[in-house]
Amino acid sequence: MSENFAQRSAVKSQGPGFAGASPYRVKNMTRRSVLRNLAGIAGGILAMPAAQVCKAAVQNGLASSNAPAGYDPTRHKWLMALDVDRCIGCGMCVEACQKENGVPQDCFRTWIERYVIKKPGPESGNARGETVVDSPDGGKEGFPALPVPKAEVLKSFFVPKLCNLCDHSPCTQVCPVGATFDAPDGAVLVDKNYCIGCGFCIQACPYGCRFFNPVTHTADKCTLCYHRITRGLKPACVEICPSQARIFGDLKHPVADDPLQRFIANNKVEKLKESLGTGPQVAYAGLDEVVR
Amino acid sequence: MTDTNMITNLVEAVPQFSGYAYPNERTLHPLWSALIVVYPYVTGLVAGAFIMASLVRVLKVKALEPIYRLALLTALAFMLCATLPLLCHLGHPERCFEIMLTPHFSSPMAMFGFVYAWYLMAVLLLELWFDYRRDFVEWSRTEKGLRGLIYRAFTLGVTDLSEPALRLDAKMGRFISIVGIPSAFLLHGYVGFIFGSIKANPWWGNVLMPIIFILSAVVSGMALCVFAYLFLCWTRRVVADMQCLDLMVRFLFYALVLDASIEGLDWLHKLYSAEEGIETMKYLATSKLFYTLLIGQACLGTLVPLVLLGAMQLGGRGVAELNRRRIYFTCTALILTGVLLMRWNVVIGGQLFSKSLRGFMTYKMEFAGPEGWWLPALLLVLPFAILTVLIKYFLARELPTIENVVPGATPPGRA
Repeated sequence: MSENFAQRSAVKSQGPGFAGASPYRVKNMTRRSVLRNLAGIAGGILAMPAAQVCKAAVQNGLASSNAPAGYDPTRHKWLMALDVDRCIGCGMCVEACQKENGVPQDCFRTWIERYVIKKPGPESGNARGETVVDSPDGGKEGFPALPVPKAEVLKSFFVPKLCNLCDHSPCTQVCPVGATFDAPDGAVLVDKNYCIGCGFCIQACPYGCRFFNPVTHTADKCTLCYHRITRGLKPACVEICPSQARIFGDLKHPVADDPLQRFIANNKVEKLKESLGTGPQVAYAGLDEVVR
Repeated sequence: MTDTNMITNLVEAVPQFSGYAYPNERTLHPLWSALIVVYPYVTGLVAGAFIMASLVRVLKVKALEPIYRLALLTALAFMLCATLPLLCHLGHPERCFEIMLTPHFSSPMAMFGFVYAWYLMAVLLLELWFDYRRDFVEWSRTEKGLRGLIYRAFTLGVTDLSEPALRLDAKMGRFISIVGIPSAFLLHGYVGFIFGSIKANPWWGNVLMPIIFILSAVVSGMALCVFAYLFLCWTRRVVADMQCLDLMVRFLFYALVLDASIEGLDWLHKLYSAEEGIETMKYLATSKLFYTLLIGQACLGTLVPLVLLGAMQLGGRGVAELNRRRIYFTCTALILTGVLLMRWNVVIGGQLFSKSLRGFMTYKMEFAGPEGWWLPALLLVLPFAILTVLIKYFLARELPTIENVVPGATPPGRA
């Protein structure tokens, strides 16, 4: 059938009165060349996994993640969870993060927000009043006195914030050079030696977790203290938290009576801004609806 | 205390944000400053000017032939500067070629690099070359010195002026124009997509954003062509071809109607659906962006030209030519300013509120420094300087050939 088709096409393409050439030839296309092309396409498809392995190897060679040699990111899945009810707003985590990672002044890889929900006005018909949020210097020095008189406060609480380790991270999606990437172990990293400093990822992060580092002139963010966790240590903020509001663990290698597993099992956990479809992974317990 | 210190302290004394903003958002400047306002503006002018030129080639609108080359040269002048604002804004401009060498295909910004390269290399330069080739050959024979050398170089050694060769030039020019129209839409659609794809920002994350950007680009580019044509006629003391001018303005008016309708629809939809963030947007439109959005963009940049140009469509023939030209000039200047303000409202306006939707930031623009007034202003003037050089070399009135003197225009005495 294909021969007939080729014959018909050949006649059509050569026009009437054309003689002398092979009837099986359509322009430069022969059965052999078609088969060769098909074999090439099949070979290309088969070679794709190998190409991906090579690409991963090149990326591993070029990307700087501060992980030690021998660390295999595919064998871990790191996650942080936050217990809002436990946070006392001391700000030690913010300070520890800044010291551990050399975060410039006025920039934050993690911070604490204080939410103060006022009582509703008399006969307002509302269940609660206005919400006042603050985070002076990221909460690094703790918090001053409540911004509203105590008698007017319905409730108040602290919320630690950090990179939400999104599964469909909009920040890595928009990076024009792939300088920021999702590591297989759950961390979202930035290669500061490769970032061009366009700021697209900072705009794309709905949580305000990224900032433009005025020293390196690149995008910067929480790495979960990648240089620590890849060496078996906890992130600095988790290590220093006096109230154990931050729980950290490896979902692929739970330890005996794993705090992270226990936390997730015993609490109703929520994620931030899930409606945006970013797939945030950082889990919060005790989150109020006013938290964004 | 020095003056500089005093000014710095004064600027720092003014609150940078009100309400609550995430700590990383509390900066004096928005991350994307006035340079990023200039970037989509200039790119839009390129796309619009090219569409105007394409009307001649693709739709064969004979009356617009006089401005064909001017429109193409305008597109080229602005195209050469289109990436400069972005480049100047990068934290590491020396790494800019990574966008082309190791592109991240899911990023609109990376794709813009390719669309830009395609548009510049495969569309604009090629179309200009095919259109100018015959003239280059002729000018290289008649002109001496540097000019002669430049024209000779631009022939690229192809000096065949036979009938079939010229026919091929014309055919190729038309083909590239046809390819160029979707390319121009793609070019500016992508710029709109850069903003429209950011779902974190309710001001930007909008499916209509690329369409709004394309339409406003067409409007601004067409307005620029009218503006440049009138300005060129004025500097050369010749009277513009009114038939051509009236037709250009008619197309501009249609484009403006479409653009205003879609932008109006966008706002109507925002207000009606009243999704999260609408209160923030309403507050911005009526306070921080009142002058640039409601007065500048909506009234002066859109409504006034719509009314004036609409009136000219209805009863323009009765208006004296000189007055018509004055009205056209005023309207195009207003439209050009209005579209610049639209870019400002999108880029800066989208960064004047916190993503927590609980607070607002302030943008205080300095004069000096990399984020000051001077650099965006320079980058807005630079394409006009380049256009002047291009006109001098490729649209000069003393060049002995067909349509090079703002063709169609007549000296004032004969008007």
